[in-house]
Amino acid sequence: MADVHPLIRDELLPPGPSPRRHLISIADLSRDDVERLLGLARTFARSLDRDVKKLPALRGRTVVNLFYESSTRTSSSFELAAKRLSADVMSIKSSGSAVEKGESLKDTAITIGCYDPDVIVIRHPEIGAPHVIARHTGAHVVNAGDGKHQHPTQALLDLYTIEEELGHIEGLHVAIVGDVLHSRVARSNIQAFVLMGARVTLVGPPPLIPRGIEAMGCEVSYSIEAIEAADIVYVLRMQHERMLAGENYVPSLREYAARWGVSADRVRPGQKVMHPGPMNRGVEIEGAVADAADALIARQVRSGVAVRMAVLFDLLTHGPVELKVAEIEAVA
Amino acid sequence: MLVGRDAPKDDLVIRGARAIDPVERIDETIDVRIDEGVISEIGLRLDANGHRVIEAEGLVLAPAFVDPHVHLRTPGREDEEDLASGTRAAAAGGYCAILAMPNTDPVVDSAAVLGALVERARTEAEVPIGFLAAITRKQEGGELTEMIELAEAGAVGFTDDGKPVEAPALLRRALQYLSAVRRRLAVHCEEQTLSRGGHMHEGAVSAELGFGGYPSIAESLMVARDLGIAAYENQPLHLLHLSARESVDELRSAQAAGVQATGEVTPHHLCGTDEDIRTLDSNLKMNPPLRAEEDRRALVDALRDGTIVAVATDHAPHARHEKEVPFEAAPFGVTGLETAFSVLYTRLVAPGVIKLETLLERMGPGPARIYDLEPPRIAKHASANLVLLDLETTWRPTETSFHSKSANSWLLGETLRGRVALTVADGRVAFEG
Repeated sequence: MADVHPLIRDELLPPGPSPRRHLISIADLSRDDVERLLGLARTFARSLDRDVKKLPALRGRTVVNLFYESSTRTSSSFELAAKRLSADVMSIKSSGSAVEKGESLKDTAITIGCYDPDVIVIRHPEIGAPHVIARHTGAHVVNAGDGKHQHPTQALLDLYTIEEELGHIEGLHVAIVGDVLHSRVARSNIQAFVLMGARVTLVGPPPLIPRGIEAMGCEVSYSIEAIEAADIVYVLRMQHERMLAGENYVPSLREYAARWGVSADRVRPGQKVMHPGPMNRGVEIEGAVADAADALIARQVRSGVAVRMAVLFDLLTHGPVELKVAEIEAVA
Repeated sequence: MLVGRDAPKDDLVIRGARAIDPVERIDETIDVRIDEGVISEIGLRLDANGHRVIEAEGLVLAPAFVDPHVHLRTPGREDEEDLASGTRAAAAGGYCAILAMPNTDPVVDSAAVLGALVERARTEAEVPIGFLAAITRKQEGGELTEMIELAEAGAVGFTDDGKPVEAPALLRRALQYLSAVRRRLAVHCEEQTLSRGGHMHEGAVSAELGFGGYPSIAESLMVARDLGIAAYENQPLHLLHLSARESVDELRSAQAAGVQATGEVTPHHLCGTDEDIRTLDSNLKMNPPLRAEEDRRALVDALRDGTIVAVATDHAPHARHEKEVPFEAAPFGVTGLETAFSVLYTRLVAPGVIKLETLLERMGPGPARIYDLEPPRIAKHASANLVLLDLETTWRPTETSFHSKSANSWLLGETLRGRVALTVADGRVAFEG
C-alpha cells in the first residue's frame, strides 16, 4: 500500500498529535483559554454572516452528540456548529437507544468509541458522566451539561454575548437570580464571570442558594432588591425536574414569583437581562421583561453556534487548554 | 463469640523483632516463642526447639488488629465478598479478628441465618469472625429481633448498620432489652430527612460541584439523640463510623457526664476530606461522607486522646460495574481491610501526627474492648494474635493487589509506607507477605 498523504494540510497546525483535551468544567480553563475561545468565536460568527456558511476546517472529523436529557438549544447548536465546520455528525438520544435496554454508560461509551469519533458531546443527568466517557473512549469530551455540575459552553456563550453587547466583561456586576441550587449553568457562570473579572451576586430564596457557595468568589443576597445595582440580571429557571419530591424549597411558585420573580418594575432601563432557557414565563421572569429590548436572550441562543464552533475547532487543533486528562486517567 | 476455621495451631519462634505492646507496656527487641498457638515464652535468644523460626530483625511485632466493622456481603452478594475472601483480606491487613455487619441479604436477624453463617465460618474463615445481628427484623426499624436467642447463637453485638434506628422508642426498648443479654448495641447515626439526596458532605465543595449535600448535622443530631437515650437508660452504646466534629464533641461530653459510650472512626475519615471529591472518583463515595479538614482534625484528635477508642475500616466491597458509573449513581462504600494500617502509618504516624503505640492500641485492644472480646496481646499464656510490620517498605495498591474480591479502594495508585509482613491469628499463621 502506498504512503498515505493527508488530503488537507493546514500549515498552521503543529506537527504530530496534540494531547487529548476535554472541556468538562470552566474550572479547567485559564483566562487566556477563554480569551482565545471568544476570539475564535468572533471569527466564526463572521463566517456565519455569509451566504455560504460552511467552512472546511473539520472535514473528515466525526462529532457524536450523546444526549441523555432533553435539549433544544444545546443539541441543535452543537449539531449545527459541527456541520458548519464540515464535520460528520451523529446524534444519539437515550430514548430509542440501547440505554433503554439497560446498557451502562461505560458500555455505551465503549460502543461509540469503536467508531473512533474525534469528539463526544455529552449531556447527562448525573454529575461525572463526562469523566466516564473520557475514561472509556479516545475522544475529546465536551460537557454539554452533567446534572447540577457544569455546562461550560453555556457560560462561554454568555461571556461572548456580553462582550459583543457591552464590549467588556471585566468590572461588570452580574446578579444571578433564582434556583442556584439545581443549576449547572449557575456554577459554570459563576466561575466564568469571576475568572474574567466580573463581580457576581447570587440572589434567591435561602433554600435554593447552596450553603458555602461564597467560596467560589461571589456574594449572596436573599433580597430581590439586590439586583438593582447589577449591570446584568441573569435569570435562572426553576428546575422542578431536579427537585426532590416533598422538599419544600419554596412554599409555592406564586410566592416565589411574587418575591423573586424578575418583573418589569424590578428592572432598571438599560439593565441587560439574560436567561439560559427554557424560560418559565410568569415564574422566574415576567413575559414583558423577556421580550424587552434590553433582553439578550435570543442573542444568547444565536451566540451558541459560533461559540460551539470555536470549542470544537480548538479541541481538535492546538491550544494550551490546561489538561485534566492526567487526573481522569489516574482515576481509571 | 468469634468463629474461625478449625485447623491445627502453629509452633513458631519470632526472633529479633522490636516488640511493641502499648497495653502490656512492652517496647523492646525480644524473641517470642509460640507453642501450639499459645505464647509460651518471651525473652532473649530463645531456642528454636524444632519450631519454625521467623527472623524478624528490623520488623515491628505487635498485637494483631481487630476490625469492629466489616461488610462480608455474605449471604447474598458472594460475588463481592465471601467469608473466605474477606478473612484472607483481613489477614493480609494484619487482623486477627473481624466483626461482620448484619446488613446482608437476607439480613442476619434470626438464629437460623446466624447459625448458617457460623457453620460456614468454621470451614472458611482464615481469621476468626464475630457476627453482629440486626436490632430490628429485616433492619426495617419495626420490631426487635429475638436478641436473647441470637446472643445464644453467637451474636457478638447488635446493629442496624447502614440505617439508623429511626424511632427513639425502639432504640430505648433495644437498650433496655439488651441489658439482660449483655451484648453491645452499635448505632449508625443518620437523620435521614436531613441526609436525603446527599452524595457528599455539605459545604463549599458540594456547593461548587453541585452535589446534594449530606450535612454534618444529619449525623450529630442523631448522635446526640442516641447518647441521650443511652444516658437515660444508663446502658452502654457504641457509635459507628463517626465523621463530624460535632459528633465527636457530643461523644466527649457524654463520656464526661458518665455515659458508657464508645466510638470508632475509619481510616478514610482520618485521612481524607471533601476536597478529594473534586476528582469525582466514585471510590471516594461512602456513608458517612468525607467531611471538611476541621472534621478530619477533630477525628484525629479524638483518636489520639482516646475519646474514640477504635479504628474501624467499614470495609464495604462493591462489584466493579457498580462503581464504574458517574459519582452520583455509585453506591456508598469503600474497601479498607488491606490498606488500613499502611495508610494510617503513612499519613498519621510517619509525619508524627500520632504515635505508633497509639495507632496500635486503637487498632487492636481498643476495638476488642468495645465488644468485650479478649484483647490481642504480647503476653505469656496469651493466644498468639500477632502482626509483624515492615515500616520501611513502600507499596502501591492496585486493582489486582487485593485478596478481597472487590477493589473499590480509595487508595488505588497511592504510594503507601509500611506493610504487614506476617499475621498470626488465633495461634495460626494466617498471612505471610
